[in-house]
Amino acid sequence: MAVSGTPGVKLPGTMTTAAWLVALSLIAGTFLSIVIAAKAQDAPMAAHAWLFAFALSAGAMTLWQRHFSATARGPVQAEDGIGYNDGVVKAGTIATLFWGVAGFLVGVVIAFQLAFPVLNFDTEFLNFGRLRPLHTSAVIFAFGGNALIATSFYVVQRTCRTRLAGDIAPWFVFWGYQLFIVVAATGYLMGVTQSREYAEPEWYADLWLTIVWVVYLLVFLATLAKRKEPHIYVANWFYLAFIVTIAMLHIGNNLAIPESFTSSKSYSLFPGVQDALIQWWYGHNAVGFFLTAGFLGMMYYFVPKRAERPVYSYRLSIVHFWSLIFLYIWAGPHHLHFTALPDWAQTLGMTFSIMLWMPSWGGMINGLMTLSGAWDKLRTDPVIRMLVVSVAFYGMSTFEGPVMSVKAVNSLSHYTDWTIGHVHSGALGWVGFVSFGAVYCLVPWLWKRERLYSMALVSWHFWIATIGIVLYITAMWVSGILQGLMWRAYDAQGFLEYSFAETVAAMHPFYVIRGLGGVLFLLGALVMVYNCWMTILGRVRESEPLPASSPSAAPVGALQSA
Amino acid sequence: MSDHKHKDEVTGVETTGHDWDGIRELNNPLPKWWLYTFYICIVWSFAYWVVMPAWPYLSGGAWTYTTGVIGYEQRNVVTNELAAIAEGRSETMLKIASMPLEEVASDPALMEVALGAGKAAFGDNCAPCHGSGAQGGKGFPNLNDDDWLWGGTLEDIRVTLTHGIRWDADGDTRQNIMMAYGRDGILTRAEISDVVEHVLSLSGRSEDTDAAARGASIFADQCVACHGAEGKGNRELGAPDLSDHIWLYGEDRASIVQTVSNGRSGVMPAWGGRLGEGTINALTLYVHSLGGGE
Repeated sequence: MAVSGTPGVKLPGTMTTAAWLVALSLIAGTFLSIVIAAKAQDAPMAAHAWLFAFALSAGAMTLWQRHFSATARGPVQAEDGIGYNDGVVKAGTIATLFWGVAGFLVGVVIAFQLAFPVLNFDTEFLNFGRLRPLHTSAVIFAFGGNALIATSFYVVQRTCRTRLAGDIAPWFVFWGYQLFIVVAATGYLMGVTQSREYAEPEWYADLWLTIVWVVYLLVFLATLAKRKEPHIYVANWFYLAFIVTIAMLHIGNNLAIPESFTSSKSYSLFPGVQDALIQWWYGHNAVGFFLTAGFLGMMYYFVPKRAERPVYSYRLSIVHFWSLIFLYIWAGPHHLHFTALPDWAQTLGMTFSIMLWMPSWGGMINGLMTLSGAWDKLRTDPVIRMLVVSVAFYGMSTFEGPVMSVKAVNSLSHYTDWTIGHVHSGALGWVGFVSFGAVYCLVPWLWKRERLYSMALVSWHFWIATIGIVLYITAMWVSGILQGLMWRAYDAQGFLEYSFAETVAAMHPFYVIRGLGGVLFLLGALVMVYNCWMTILGRVRESEPLPASSPSAAPVGALQSA
Repeated sequence: MSDHKHKDEVTGVETTGHDWDGIRELNNPLPKWWLYTFYICIVWSFAYWVVMPAWPYLSGGAWTYTTGVIGYEQRNVVTNELAAIAEGRSETMLKIASMPLEEVASDPALMEVALGAGKAAFGDNCAPCHGSGAQGGKGFPNLNDDDWLWGGTLEDIRVTLTHGIRWDADGDTRQNIMMAYGRDGILTRAEISDVVEHVLSLSGRSEDTDAAARGASIFADQCVACHGAEGKGNRELGAPDLSDHIWLYGEDRASIVQTVSNGRSGVMPAWGGRLGEGTINALTLYVHSLGGGE
């Protein structure tokens, strides 16, 4: 399936043997879904089975429509001589923008729910417990995941000088992933959850994602295999590490036995503390390989490309890549300090986290030092500014992480808002900004525009979002440390100084500030969506005419022809 | 593309010769500070593994682990810390648990510990309903004032805490019934309206003397058994005083109509058996000290 559509043999887009197999699988899947829908033991399972039946049959019909429109259109000559598959990258870029705004919006809602509990509206569908996984999944997997899929498909083609492998496969990855997101999100609202943080979707959604992810891996590997460059670029090492490891983590952490094949409920294969350790082996490496390795792949392409400077150190990229990959996978137990997890496992989690500090910083050094000789672009190009600040936040979070893994610090920080602040300096600052930077690069390149609609709006986005992040993380640092100190405050006789309810009440002002920070971050993202939309429409802002008024216009144009 | 090295004009550093889509790589060495910091982290980790429990291994067919040279065990640390705290105040807590409450109350040294223990226990167990300042809320009595439903002496408070109110699992729980006069069809709507008017008149708030007069006879038939002829309440039965301005479920007319129509039956858990004798006594002394103790 991954390597179908050999050029010259048949018209691309028409039905090949592989396409027939895909179509038959989709039809079989549709029937299976209908059977499960009919026999479903609970309402969410029935709803999701119908959703699958609808999506899979729509997929089958699309194959036919594709066939007929390809036949009607006839052969197309690739303009670039290679025939880069940019259609799926465009779709991924738009999905990134859409899910980004959706995820940030839910984040703002739940932030205010914590500050003002009345906003839970006394309905189970909108309460914090269900919206919180909706937020985390929407930003990590829907926004971040689409950004990674889109950029990896773009980068692997450009740095291998070859068309993306597979004809249907890349589109299957894209649409299959969107289906997973919709199943997961609607499941949360209906109360379907495995109760595993960042792995909440139930068994059937997990199985579907496994299929999608394996196809993603095959597309990526097959593209690398037919590359026209002698070496594999460092960005692709990181993307590949991300795809392979996420596959392993996803399967390992979701080993569960469904109550029945017509029930939406399943039970984990592992008991007690082993289950907890598997979950945090997954959870921490979702951070390590999804949010770090994947986005480092993004950074390694877009920073040097945008700055038009060579990567600072090839040797550093090799050493930090392998040390990061090797050390990260051990660090998960630091999420379970001072629990039933044995002492030795806590020790290993902590020490590997500390050894991980420099390998993480290798990426920061390579990102920042690549700017040497082009620091002036920080002043002139707000997109570079966004990328550089993202690397700075990356450096800050990857220092803060090892610090928080030290048991003495963890005993104060664990379970407090400090953790939330730490996660968001990484998520908003690093993942968010590097993705925004990549999107700002990609939109003009993909839609063949000379430049973005407005560079001034990029600047606005940068400042609004940066202020939002600062409000968010400082509020969480203060509230987290305050919370930790209140929890451990004892009086002279050794009795707790504060009741839990008092510590919750003390958080209120910080929760309001955090919510306001989130509003700013969301506003910035809306500015970005508007800017990208106008760029796609081919507009240029009247106050910023094209010829040389914006210093970054020239480099972007130059990159086009590179 | 081309695999030949060239010198970067800006930094004067050689590239590796690789070129991907216009991206080249400089042949810079690893930054020294980076490398040495990395080494230090590794050496520190190895040292930590020697000192602390660290690596699992198979020994004679069973898994065990290197215990570390200082013999650290998290479980022991916690157990010992808790034991040390308990040890330090065990004698005092024993006295609080066993001595008559009045005697504890008159001993400042004992009271200091009792109030600390009581405050902590109150925060964990009582604050969710009564509020962290014991200020109460609708349906949950304020414990700072002297308006007690079941009595405000040390002994009264201790009994309430131990056995709860309408807590069916406890045979000695405090029990009474405020009947649902409307829902159960004992009084008509008009009669309820009248009796509420009379109840309002007890705290000087009636605006309809005729209705209040009609209500007075209904009150005499239905309510005096518990609330007393003048509506002053009865602590033996847990019947609230209706002549003051403290209303557990709201003092406005509509709230009182609702109370008479549907009855009220708030619940407080029995804490005996859940909290130790010493903690119950400490809580008793703490609540007694809040301002309304008798």
